[in-house]
Amino acid sequence: MTVQPMVKAEAVHKSFGLAHILKGIELEVAPREVFCLVGPSGSGKSTFLRCINHLEQINAGRLWVDGELVGYRQKGDKLYELKDSEVAAKRRDIGMVFQRFNLFPHMTAIENVMEAPMQVKGESKATARARAERLLDRVGLADKAANYPSQLSGGQQQRVAIARALAMEPKLMLFDEPTSALDPELVGDVLDVMRGLAEDGMTMIVVTHEMGFAREVGDALVFMDDGIVVEAGNPRDVLNNPQHDRTKAFLSKVL
Amino acid sequence: MTDKFDKEPADAPSSGSAGTATAVPAEAIRAIPVRHYGRWISAVVVVAVLAALVFSFSQGDVRWATVPEKLFDHSILTGMWHTILISVLSMLMGLLLGVLFAVMRLSKNPVTGGVAWLYIWFFRGTPVYVQLLIWFNLALIFPVLNLGPIYKNNMVDVMTPFVAALLGLGLNEGAYMAEIVRAGIQSVDEGQTEASHALGMKQGQTMRRVVLPQAMRVIIPPSGNEFINMLKTSSLVVAVQYQDLLRSAQDIAASSFATMEMFFVASIWYLALTSVFSVGQYYLERRFARGSLRSLPLTPWQKIKANLSTLRRPEVAR
Repeated sequence: MTVQPMVKAEAVHKSFGLAHILKGIELEVAPREVFCLVGPSGSGKSTFLRCINHLEQINAGRLWVDGELVGYRQKGDKLYELKDSEVAAKRRDIGMVFQRFNLFPHMTAIENVMEAPMQVKGESKATARARAERLLDRVGLADKAANYPSQLSGGQQQRVAIARALAMEPKLMLFDEPTSALDPELVGDVLDVMRGLAEDGMTMIVVTHEMGFAREVGDALVFMDDGIVVEAGNPRDVLNNPQHDRTKAFLSKVL
Repeated sequence: MTDKFDKEPADAPSSGSAGTATAVPAEAIRAIPVRHYGRWISAVVVVAVLAALVFSFSQGDVRWATVPEKLFDHSILTGMWHTILISVLSMLMGLLLGVLFAVMRLSKNPVTGGVAWLYIWFFRGTPVYVQLLIWFNLALIFPVLNLGPIYKNNMVDVMTPFVAALLGLGLNEGAYMAEIVRAGIQSVDEGQTEASHALGMKQGQTMRRVVLPQAMRVIIPPSGNEFINMLKTSSLVVAVQYQDLLRSAQDIAASSFATMEMFFVASIWYLALTSVFSVGQYYLERRFARGSLRSLPLTPWQKIKANLSTLRRPEVAR
């Protein structure tokens, strides 16, 4: 029980102007866990995910990653905002995969994967290239290394994006609806890669509508609606036997 | 009549089963093309007008022999070199100022944003000719340039025609380039910045490695136009006594009385310069289109080669 959670949220609130998106999120993600976030669109799951690597700043509450506050430094009972460079340094250890892939279109697949290790860690080109080749091979795209993103299918782009995030050797991976923008027949390849990552013990937080994946691979599942955690537990239990009315209503539509 | 018409195609297929797809002959269609009489008439009219124009110039009081004679005159070539020099330097200055003021305008700091807006407002809102004259006559209000202990000199010695031309053209260009660069930066999807930040890259790295290279695709075409404009606008530096191509042509014109002939000489060189730089612009745009197109379009030279090979093929077939 003394294991430090990888992510811990206490009463996290987030507003955009007058829109109150997160209304007190409480949750813990254990290391090596595959943690699934499900819920209707607009429920705040993506916003919460983006708070974890400080793409969004929280307005109230506390958020820790690996025991360290996100975005702030605490001295006594005062909080100090982190400088841009300090925020950037913390993001190195958190990989993120986006719904729309967001590959760099002016770089080839392998250049996409090599970019961050070379720029951020100052790695040599040879080292970065060797790792990038290994990672592209792992996601099944060794033969596409020299292709530009526009020459790849959506599923291939998303797998390059996963390889790009892995190149920084993160301790935590965030997936923001990684298969939502894909044609149905391409979803499987991406989920296979994620399944492999889970087997290797990567800590993963996955915002998804793929209930099959959550049931099969997930270690924990949280159902969010309207900015709060409605129900949490083992994915099999929550999906098969939802306790809350809102969970039941949502699952009856997606399952 | 109609009976006969129906029969003919029905007889053609040997299978006899009319109405199936086999009834359509497989050979290429040989139809009588539509005659475009309008095109012929308009072509004749345009050629006639053009011929009249050429004829009138040939009848004008032009000493045509002067044109090739003065085309490679030493002072003309020097003037052209000065035109290229002032255009390139002003464009470089404009580009640097453009990036600087674009970033300032987009920054979260309201003061730098406001200053950038003011700069663009002033230098885009006044004619470049007036700006050139203001720089050139600066000595009227500031006889001495005094930068404290660093530098002190008479303004007339500092504000040479070259400096006035460079400041006038460069600062003006900077305002236009700032808007072009800003549009380019804003055209890059926000997801690109987020992805870069999520990988741990800092603001500067993100701008340099991710945003600007993609913005270049949007920035280059209008910048090429700006440069070609600059080659021509630079002729206004005559107003500040800078010895450019037009000024050299005018000098010769004044002493030889071949006024129009010298304007033709200048026009020929301006056309040559803009043509050469247009070709350069084409290849630059192609370079920065990498990744945005699945396959790059062929260059004109590649097209010629491709056409030559397709021309040959039917001959082989025969």
